[in-house]
Amino acid sequence: MLNLETAQSPQKLRRVAIEPVSRVEGHGKVTILLDAENRIHQVRLHIVEFRGFEVFIQGRPYWEVPIAVQRLCGICPVSHLIAATKAMDVIAGFGPLTPTAEKLRRLLHYGQIVQSHALHFFHLSSPDLLFGFESEVAKRNIIGVAAAFPDLAKQGVLTRKFGQEIIAHIAGKRIHGTGVIPGGVNKPLSVADRDSMRAGIDQIVDWSKAAVGLVIQLHETNPDFYRTFGESRANMMGLVDRRGALDFYHGGLRARDADGGPIFDQIDYATYRNVLQEDVKNWSYMKFPHIKTLGADKGWYRVGPLARVQVCDVMPTPLAEAERRTFLNAGGGKPLHGALMYHWARMIEMLHSAELARELLDDPDIVGTDLMADKGPRREEGVGVIEAPRGTLFHHYRADDNDLVSYCNLIVSTTNNNQAMNESIRAVASRYLSGRELTEGLLNHIEVAIRAYDPCLSCATHALGQMPLEVDLIDADGTLVSRARKG
Amino acid sequence: MSESAETPALPKVRIATTSLAGCFGCHMSFLDIDERILDLMKIAEFDRSPITDIKHCSPCDIALIEGGVCNAENAHVLREMRANAKILVAIGACAINGGLPAMRNRLDVGDILNEVYRDLDGVQSHVPNDPELPLLFDKVYPVNEVVRVDYFIPGCPPSADAIWKYLNDLILGRMPRLDHSLLHYD
Ligand code: SF4
Repeated sequence: MLNLETAQSPQKLRRVAIEPVSRVEGHGKVTILLDAENRIHQVRLHIVEFRGFEVFIQGRPYWEVPIAVQRLCGICPVSHLIAATKAMDVIAGFGPLTPTAEKLRRLLHYGQIVQSHALHFFHLSSPDLLFGFESEVAKRNIIGVAAAFPDLAKQGVLTRKFGQEIIAHIAGKRIHGTGVIPGGVNKPLSVADRDSMRAGIDQIVDWSKAAVGLVIQLHETNPDFYRTFGESRANMMGLVDRRGALDFYHGGLRARDADGGPIFDQIDYATYRNVLQEDVKNWSYMKFPHIKTLGADKGWYRVGPLARVQVCDVMPTPLAEAERRTFLNAGGGKPLHGALMYHWARMIEMLHSAELARELLDDPDIVGTDLMADKGPRREEGVGVIEAPRGTLFHHYRADDNDLVSYCNLIVSTTNNNQAMNESIRAVASRYLSGRELTEGLLNHIEVAIRAYDPCLSCATHALGQMPLEVDLIDADGTLVSRARKG
Repeated sequence: MSESAETPALPKVRIATTSLAGCFGCHMSFLDIDERILDLMKIAEFDRSPITDIKHCSPCDIALIEGGVCNAENAHVLREMRANAKILVAIGACAINGGLPAMRNRLDVGDILNEVYRDLDGVQSHVPNDPELPLLFDKVYPVNEVVRVDYFIPGCPPSADAIWKYLNDLILGRMPRLDHSLLHYD
């Protein structure tokens, strides 16, 4: 198959750009190179932000890092807070967390997954699925959804709100709170706060189940299309517990190949460098990680909902596991790799997180007051890994004798998906765009595939698009073939 | 016509938003007005914003700017927003003073790039340099060093209630005023 990453002779080709990619968190841009017959020769998703967090955090005290690092991302700040604190648990020399501390961290994390998945599905992606990829631009947003499907929009807004409120109860505020500190958590959960969450959680479980139902309903309108749109056959990676069950908070790394066969399992995440390697390409600030033993060409992988539900052996709550079985059946025993399948998997995870949160709210430990672990000697180095809403998130630090950070490496969830996203948009481009007159709606197909991954491009923080997107297709003689406008 | 009794004949207030070198947290805090967004949309509509597919700012009433200015694209977007908006609001610590990303300002940007682009074993690889990548500035700049700013809402992020109060004041033509309880960094 044609490799659309790099064109043979780009100077003869016409450039088309989608900038900025919209209804995603953060900023990206897509460039497409076409020939005189509108055949596509190159497609790239560029991440144009650069922050250098790993460098400027050096020299800061290690205990400051979990608070600072949240500012990588306002959509999933809790993920960075928890991953960094897990690394700092190790560096500060703490032993195992108390049951209450671990459960509060878990509840916080599950609240985060509920709010992030709800935001992604309802606020950002649902307009494409409900109205169609080529529907009117003015309507293709959450306001349009609210006008056409008021109940659905309200459920989405309130589900996100509930997740944000779980976060506020534990971390003090919805965005960039505190709460989680090396060794445990800094405040107990009051019985009144627990009770108010307990009173609302059943509704959230029901709405999450209904959201899975909605995705299935959409899928059934055109199963082949849903299964194959933006398909990229990738290896898959995620954290599982010792029994092989999905665990968002802690576990060993497991990877499977595109057919579901084992690559590695129960890898201690502190040794991630033994199994992963990162590449740099000159056209994107985002690195390209891959599984070391397989090499750059074959070793790229996907993370996040679509990988997680297929990497684990079970999701340990009843409603979500039943939905997971239905999902796997849709693949007829083979792993699913279509970009739109992410939405289905994501809503199953939202249901799972709501169920997990309910279990914790029923657990007496959650209002316990024993919050801090025992402390041993300081350690030089620590790695913290979790399954963030968008996938496996790695934080790795060293701190010197003065407690100042001397090394930092981050592999954010979206970075893990870099190659897989690029492959998906290349699949969409060659299947739906190549050789055709480009319209705004066709260009939106590319964005639909990117959105499906729920990329968090703001996990580094730049904007790019400043130009109106006006695409001119000009043939080899210089005659205007067609003109498309976006925005 | 009976319609005018229900819906005022006034045109909707047009709001544009953008995230420059920010973390999206200020946008999230805006969305944290929760179901009030459904009320807001009765009197307002969005122009260019990360939550719409409008990619190019057109004349609008209010522009909300999150994030500082760290590269040429940020400056370009910001200038375009300023040229189109009657009122431009810098929202959050990053827009007001560069915020956390400005922690890089004490370092040389070339050194930072060289350090980040190493592989996991510490081996130096090349620094991305494709023309598609916008020119990085030496520092992260506050929004008001690039364009005129009409209002600032402090906080990291400002709370949803602060944003809500501010927007209501602006839309209703009142002098925006935040109580002390709504005015804090964290
Ligand atoms: S002010 Fe805070 S919340 Fe807003 S963009 Fe900056 S870091 Fe994020």
